[in-house]
Parts: sequence; C-alpha cells; structure tokens
Amino acid sequence: MPTSEGAGVAASTSGDLTAANGANGLASRRERRVRRKAEKQLRNNNSAKRHSINLWLLIVPFLILSLLFSYLPLFGWLYAFYDYKPPIPLSESEFVGLQWFEMMVQNPAQLRAIGQVLINTFAMSGLNILTSFLPLIFAIMLNEVRAKWFRNLVQTLTTLPNFISWVLVYSVAFAMFSSTGMINELLENLHLITEPIKFLDSDDHTWLKMLLWNLWKGVGWGSILYLAGISGIDQELYEAAQVDGANRFQQILHVTVPQLLPTYFVLLMLSVSNFLNNGMDQYYVFQNAFNTEHIQVLDLYVYNIGMGQNSLSLATAISMLKSLVSVGLLILVNWLSKRTRGESIV
Amino acid sequence: MSRKIKQGVAPALRRTKGEEVFNVFNIIFCIVFAFVCVYPFYYLIINSISDNAASAAGDVNWLPQGIHWENYKQVFALDGLSTAAFVSLARTVIGTVLTVAASAFLGFMFTQKKMWHRQLWYRVIVITMYFNAGLIPMFITMKNLGLTNNFWVYILPAIVQPFNIILVKTFVESIPASLQEAAEMDGAGTLTVFWKIVLPMMTPILATVGIFSAVGQWNSFQDTLVYMTDSKLYSLQYLLYTYINQASSLAASVRASGGTAINVAALATQQTPTSIRMTVSVIVVLPILFVYPFFQRFFVKGMMLGAVKG
Repeated sequence: MPTSEGAGVAASTSGDLTAANGANGLASRRERRVRRKAEKQLRNNNSAKRHSINLWLLIVPFLILSLLFSYLPLFGWLYAFYDYKPPIPLSESEFVGLQWFEMMVQNPAQLRAIGQVLINTFAMSGLNILTSFLPLIFAIMLNEVRAKWFRNLVQTLTTLPNFISWVLVYSVAFAMFSSTGMINELLENLHLITEPIKFLDSDDHTWLKMLLWNLWKGVGWGSILYLAGISGIDQELYEAAQVDGANRFQQILHVTVPQLLPTYFVLLMLSVSNFLNNGMDQYYVFQNAFNTEHIQVLDLYVYNIGMGQNSLSLATAISMLKSLVSVGLLILVNWLSKRTRGESIV
Repeated sequence: MSRKIKQGVAPALRRTKGEEVFNVFNIIFCIVFAFVCVYPFYYLIINSISDNAASAAGDVNWLPQGIHWENYKQVFALDGLSTAAFVSLARTVIGTVLTVAASAFLGFMFTQKKMWHRQLWYRVIVITMYFNAGLIPMFITMKNLGLTNNFWVYILPAIVQPFNIILVKTFVESIPASLQEAAEMDGAGTLTVFWKIVLPMMTPILATVGIFSAVGQWNSFQDTLVYMTDSKLYSLQYLLYTYINQASSLAASVRASGGTAINVAALATQQTPTSIRMTVSVIVVLPILFVYPFFQRFFVKGMMLGAVKG
C-alpha cells in the first residue's frame, strides 16, 4: 500500500515576494495590487497542479496493476495471427495472418464444431434470459408474505446456493443425482425403477439441466435486488391504488411491477450484452464424455481446445472474436437503452 | 431489510377468497423452494457423519445414523488436503484484505476532484469491467510474468476490482461534502481526511466488498485449473473437484495416506469414495455456512447501495 507520499504537499510555497514588492516605490498602488494578485494566482496554480499530480501518484500502483492484468493481456491477441506451438517462442513461430479465422469457416468439421458450440451458447444464454423474470416474480411473492421472520428466513435460505462454488454445486449434484446418488437410491428402494437413471452421465436435456442448476443457484439471490427495489417504492402509490379500489393483485400489477421494470430492464440489457459470456466453471464441472456435444459453450470450448488440445492460436482467435462481439453487443445495448429509456447502462 | 408494504387500510378485513388461496399457495411455494435450496447441504452433512454402510445403502435421508467422526479423521489425513486448506485460507485472507484496502482507497481517491485527470483514470479502470482479452492471452501473460505455479496469481489480478471501486465511490459521494471540507479547513491533508474521516464511515460498504471478495476467493476454481500444475498450490475447490471426478485419484490418496496393507483393507470397508467426497464437500462448504447468516444483512444492504444506478 502506497500511503506515505502525499504528506505535506500543499504547504511548500515560500514568501520571498514581499521584498520585491516593497522595493518598488514608484509603481502606483493599483499596479502593485494587480501584480500581487497575478503572482498569487500563479503560485496557487502551481501548487494546485503539483498537489493534483501528487494525488495521482498515489493511485499509480493500482493503475499499473490494471495495466498488467487487463491491458497487457490484449497483446496476447497477436498469437491469433501466428502458428504458435507452446515451447517455441512467438518470435520463432510462423506468421500465418488470418489463417485461423479462415479455418473456422472453411474447414467443414471445424465449422460444424463451432456451429454446435454457438448453438449451445445461444441456447443457454437464451434460456437464462427467458427465465430472467423469475427472480422478479419470487421477490413479489416473498414480499406478499406477512410474517417478517418467515420472509427473512426464506430469503436467507434461498440465497445460500449463490454463495457456493460450481464445484460444490457439482458435488451436490453428484450426491443427489449420480447413479448411486440419493434420488436413484430412493427410486430403487421404492421399486419404481430397476436401472439407475443417468442424470449426469448422459446428454439428454443437457440445456434444461444446466438451466435448472442455474436457477437453483441464482433465483433467490437475484430476488434481493428486486426486494430492495420494492422497499424503495413510494407508499403513496399503494395508498392511491387502494383509494381507487385496487385489490392486492391489482396493486401488484399496476404499482409494484411497473416500479420494478426499470431495474429489470437494466439487468436484462446487461445479460444481453453478456450473451456470449456464459463463463466456464458451471459447464466445465458438469462436462463429461457423454454430454460434450450439448454442454460446450464458447468459454468452455476455448478452454478445451486451448488448454486441452494445446491449439493456443486457434483458441486465441476464437476468444478474440468473442471479446470483440461482446463489446459490440454492449455498445449496441447501451445505445438501445439510451434511445428507449434515455439512460445509459454503462 | 425494511419492506413497508403493509396495506394501510386494515388488510385483514379486505381479504378475499382469491387472496386467501394465493396466500396459502405462496407460503407453500416459499417453503418448498427454501427446502430445495437447503436440503442438499443437510444431506451432505448427515451422510458425512453417518455410518458409511447405511449411507451407501441410501438409508440416511432425514436423520444421521450411527454418528461417528472417522470420515473427518481420514479426510484430514489425506495427502494434500491440509495444504489445500491452507492455500485456500491464505488466499482468502490476503486477497480480501488487499482488495478491501484497494477498493476503499481508490473509491475515495476517485471522488477527489483535485486529482490530475481524475475522470480519465477512473474510466481506464472501469472499462476493464466490460472487456477482457480472453482465457488464452491471459494465460500467456501470466506465464510471461512468471505467475503460473505462483501463489500470487490468486492475489494480484484480484486487487483492483472495478465493480467494488464503483460501489465505494458511489458510497463516498453520498457522504456530505461539508465533512471533508471542514477537515480540510482545519488543515488536514487528503490522506488524513481519508484515514480519519471517510474510512471510519465506510464500514457498511467495505463489509459488503469484503464478503464478496472473501466468498469469491474461497470459491475460486478456474484459476487453479488454468495456472497451477504444482499440487502444493491447489485450492480446496480444485482438490474437491479432482476427488469427485476421479475415483482413481481418490483411491490413490487414501492408499498413500493409509500406509500398511491392513490399513488399506480396513479403509476399503469403512471409507467409501462417496463418504470421503461428502466429507470433503462439507469441509469446503462449512466456512460459508457459518459465516453466511451473520453477514447476510450486510450484503443485502450493499446490494441496495449498488442498485442505486439501476
């Protein structure tokens, strides 16, 4: 932590100007006053500038960290234009121009693989966006519960899954749904099935399963924002609605929901701009030999071919395109938001 | 949280039949959802302390049976577990302290209008929230910086977090400016103002940032996966993943720590891979289960502060 630099910055201007002033007896008083004023201003400007740069120096170490870990990696995009094979340094690798980008669309096998990955990415993001209203609904339902202790208890319990890692989610899934897991044992003990159902080791309904895990983890947490929003709604609106004879459902429909929609739209737009960024943790832990076809989203695919198959250049090319498209989406969504709501989200 | 939607006009008198049905349905739904969220954790815990044979037969669903702590003893003796626990703990503590300190300081500094080109530097940092180079360029950079197989890869990239800085900055801006001005009139420099005036007031927002950061560090899995090959630097999450996914590695660990052949045979009848998996899971999740209820109100508050923009 850099903390010692800025001490005693401002108090450094000396007072040797008075001598000069006193010696000049011929100048009129007005002239003297003007000159003194200008000198004072200059002195202030200088010390203010020094002071402001000294303040800046304090944050330089953090700017350097940001530079190292956010800006420097961008130079790694260079690798997309080379045929980079890890032990050989980049300087000795062959420059191949746009070969990797062409390969993505020209090689039928590669095209099919990337096509499937894109479909998966779109499906998972699309499903998540389609269900993004669920936290809103849950927040409204929770808010309608009268007993405060019960509301708080449910809120605490349902936000819990948000705080565990995807590895632990997978561990939970394994304990519950593997062929020797709780659900299968239960069904077998009840003689409902003879063969364990393969919840994890199969490619059936992969998108749906991933969606459900996502909801399990995120709905309770997502509702907190809306609950915060509800508590901020002006009570007079409800009173006015009651005076107009609105029952509880009508109050929800005509007061609560419209008041929460702005928050909802901001979150919706953020998730649209993150359309290609599903992250890889969830899909990585759930992936296995059986379900690769429908579980590989872009982030996971980049990892699999980059770290798994050592095709660093192709993986870089893909993730570079992904980042560019993401930034494009963000700009588009931000523009849309400005046009429609008069507010930018970034 | 204060939710003040208590209808002003005696609600009990106005309840219709439809509302009654809705109330009942609503409460049932809340109970079911809360149960679904919590039961898996309960299941892991009761199975980790139950008789392993009963657990393997799927008989332990509601109450633990034949409680014993043998699983925990065995798991703590596993190769690598204590190292991984130490790594996870160290990165959580160091990472959280540094992130909180940096967020507090930067969040404050970016409110100081006197700073040279304040807006520019603020944007330089905030923009990084919206784009990243991608996994592979990041990996290559870390490798070139000598941070692969290095503990500091867990810490350094996580120090400057744009989102936290925005949270803190928004918070500081809500503090009356006259407080700072009064201190400056009395001759306090910027750092004194930060240390003596602003920092003590930041507690709620720093608690939020701290919890998010601690949970993030404790839960992080991907950085071990990408940057670490040295098993001494594995995090608990990664170790758990290997235990779940590779029965063979689990068996090897049990054997390695078991020693003699008799031990191995004894272990085979007592500790099943399932019981060990569940036990490790409990160890990984326990800190969060303990800490979570106490801090819940903090991050609820923090979310509300963060929601201001939305």
